[in-house]
Amino acid sequence: MSAPVLFDLPGPKAKARIRIGTVIGALVVLGLLAIVLLRLNGNGQLNPNRWAILFDPNSGVPQALGQALVRTLQVAIVAMVAATVLGVLLAVGRLSEHRWVRIPVTTLIEFFRAIPLLVVIFALYFVLPAFGADLSAFAALALGLTLYNMAVLAEIFRAGILSVDKGQREAALALGMRKTQVMVLVLLPQATRRMLPVLIAQIVVLLKDTSLGFIIGYFELLRQARSLVEFLNFNFGNIYTLQIYVGAGLMYILINVLISQIAKFVEKRTRSNATTAAVGAIDLPNAPVTTGLNSGL
Amino acid sequence: MQFFIDNFDTLLSAFLTTLSLSLLAGVMALVLGTVLAAMRVSPIPPLRALATFYVELFRNTPLTVVFFFVIFGLPQIDTVVSFFPGAVIAVGAYTSAFVAEAIRSGINSVNPGQAEASRALGLTFGQSLREIVLPQAFRTVIPPLGSVFIAMVKNTSIAAGFSVTELSSTLPRLVNADAGALLLVLLGVVVGYMIITLPMAFAVNRLERRVAILR
Amino acid sequence: MRLTRYAAAAAALGVVLAGCSSEAGNQNEDAADATVEVEQNVDFEAGTTMAALADAGTITIGTKYDQPGFGLLNPNGTPEGFDVEIGKLIAAQLGIAPEDIEFVETVSANRESFIQNGQVDIVVATYTINDARKELVDFAGPYYEAGQDIMVAAGNPLGIEGPDDLAGNNVCSVEGSTPAENIRTNYPEAQLTLFDVYSKCADALTNGQVDAVTTDNVILTGLVAGNPDGFELVGNPFTEEPYGIGLMLGDTEFRNFINDTLEASFEDGSWAAAWDSTAGQITGEDAPEPPSIDRY
Repeated sequence: MSAPVLFDLPGPKAKARIRIGTVIGALVVLGLLAIVLLRLNGNGQLNPNRWAILFDPNSGVPQALGQALVRTLQVAIVAMVAATVLGVLLAVGRLSEHRWVRIPVTTLIEFFRAIPLLVVIFALYFVLPAFGADLSAFAALALGLTLYNMAVLAEIFRAGILSVDKGQREAALALGMRKTQVMVLVLLPQATRRMLPVLIAQIVVLLKDTSLGFIIGYFELLRQARSLVEFLNFNFGNIYTLQIYVGAGLMYILINVLISQIAKFVEKRTRSNATTAAVGAIDLPNAPVTTGLNSGL
Repeated sequence: MQFFIDNFDTLLSAFLTTLSLSLLAGVMALVLGTVLAAMRVSPIPPLRALATFYVELFRNTPLTVVFFFVIFGLPQIDTVVSFFPGAVIAVGAYTSAFVAEAIRSGINSVNPGQAEASRALGLTFGQSLREIVLPQAFRTVIPPLGSVFIAMVKNTSIAAGFSVTELSSTLPRLVNADAGALLLVLLGVVVGYMIITLPMAFAVNRLERRVAILR
Repeated sequence: MRLTRYAAAAAALGVVLAGCSSEAGNQNEDAADATVEVEQNVDFEAGTTMAALADAGTITIGTKYDQPGFGLLNPNGTPEGFDVEIGKLIAAQLGIAPEDIEFVETVSANRESFIQNGQVDIVVATYTINDARKELVDFAGPYYEAGQDIMVAAGNPLGIEGPDDLAGNNVCSVEGSTPAENIRTNYPEAQLTLFDVYSKCADALTNGQVDAVTTDNVILTGLVAGNPDGFELVGNPFTEEPYGIGLMLGDTEFRNFINDTLEASFEDGSWAAAWDSTAGQITGEDAPEPPSIDRY
């Protein structure tokens, strides 16, 4: 941490005070931890046999959780690919010079960003059947994720395209390229490279949103965890509940941390690249908008 | 149409539930988030570590998992909460992590030269924070903070999966009606959310323009 | 560097814990599989649902995934319970082995639409027969007679003996189920909390978030079995809930076939055997008298 903005580098008195504060702070943290652990132990939650179920292949639990993780990733990948493709199209559409393209596209984007993802999923799963189209839980979840994220990604791509130096577009047009060629060959590649960290962060958001599938019965990780808890509760009593939920929660956290690390790695690589380093931080146009720091919401 | 009128009461009370859930969780998130941001920039390492752990934990966990733990996991440490307070706690705790990040980035975005200049002028830590740093940080913080709260309002819909009769939960409940009626209910739900989020977005935009730093 | 340290620690933990075995895993190793006799020479009239299913060699059965004793999903991905066994009996008469059955989860709220849309061939999911539902689907059976009952915390602190005592109290049930409708219509002073599945109701009762859970007595028995020290059954069923097998409206030949199969299973003991191996394990009692089939 570089020289902090808010205070001078500490002198001897301040250092002493900080040391006292550190000790007190550490005691408080440890105290809280102790209380939680004691209560858990009191309920028998720390018994290693209970936690062993997460690793015991005979119980079928690790396999079930593993398959549920695969199903989670399946719906996430399908939605991500579809949302990216549609997001690029919508971004280009929103930047179009023709009003008859721009206005409907803008309305579409703003509509899907204004309503909760769960409402979109519910509408596809519960309301659509009344009109004759029956979607499976997988289809409703994937389609819902796609529709919602294509709007978010459209805004991200649009910011990226707008942040490319105007000279690029002018030079390309001066060379005689048509507008489509300018977009495809010159603007989009640069925009994508610049927005790559934000895009990858959006994958984390999407993965977290797959857990909404449990509400409509899609057997992703959380739904599978609940099903396992019901089965084990019935056969063995309420002794595995916390363990399985903690296990599922940890799996989410691990995967998301992994993806975030990849995002940071990519950001470092692109920053060291001279062409992108020349440009400063990018401001996404129009609140409400997901910038790099609160993507993840 | 008749179906919609019959169920309007349900929709209205569901809307009010969403509104109150958003307000309460928002207040909790703001307070807790500010405390966390302060902890993250403080010189005391254990507090910094605790706050960083909290923020990273909630940023990488889905809100549904947080709900599960609050409603069904807390009883394992003898803390039972009923559904609505549980939803407030879950959404509030989750959002506070993002509020903390927004505020922290605001503080860090203030030019260090400002703090140095204020120290050189002899202002104390408290004075430089109050008079110089925080007002400038506030300006940078408004758009992302607004974004966070608008997303929070949308996230309250997850309480529908945990027996809180808020706006989204009306859709699965009224499923056996005919197509036209369902569509009206869907419209009502969408309008209900927009009544909350669109004015918020508008207000954030206006506020941002008013406090924008002209260079 | 840091990453490898964490990875090593995690791996070590995993190895240690893998050495421990869980009670669940040990029991699973000892569990035996119940078998059903599959009919070998099946011959049905062309054009009937039975013929189509027998030719396809597979049947899609909708059942519950969260009801102990009747339809509960095990970690291997297949449901277990009395409803599942009945489904296997019917499939066996079509010449379809249990491994070839495709099970689908049908929750209380979507049983009719799944049948109407053809997403399942039959529904065996603690499906109560009533007149309103008969307008949307056909019912074979009943194959069991349950009754609506109430489950409370052990010791019955609020002294709830019947549905009238629910007035002013918080009672939990499942969206779209007959018991929930019953409370809503006939006992409006009771405060109804609705979830999508019964396990959430059970959790809510444990946590004191609701005062009682109401549904069919066999389902409640299963929930009590999961927590015998925490729950108890009031034990005064106040309705009659005949469980039937739902199928497409108007398919009379299929309905007759299923009814014939059920009656045969009542006679030859396979119905009782199915009960003993599943729901009977919870109640601890012998199989009750089979109900009389209603051919309407």
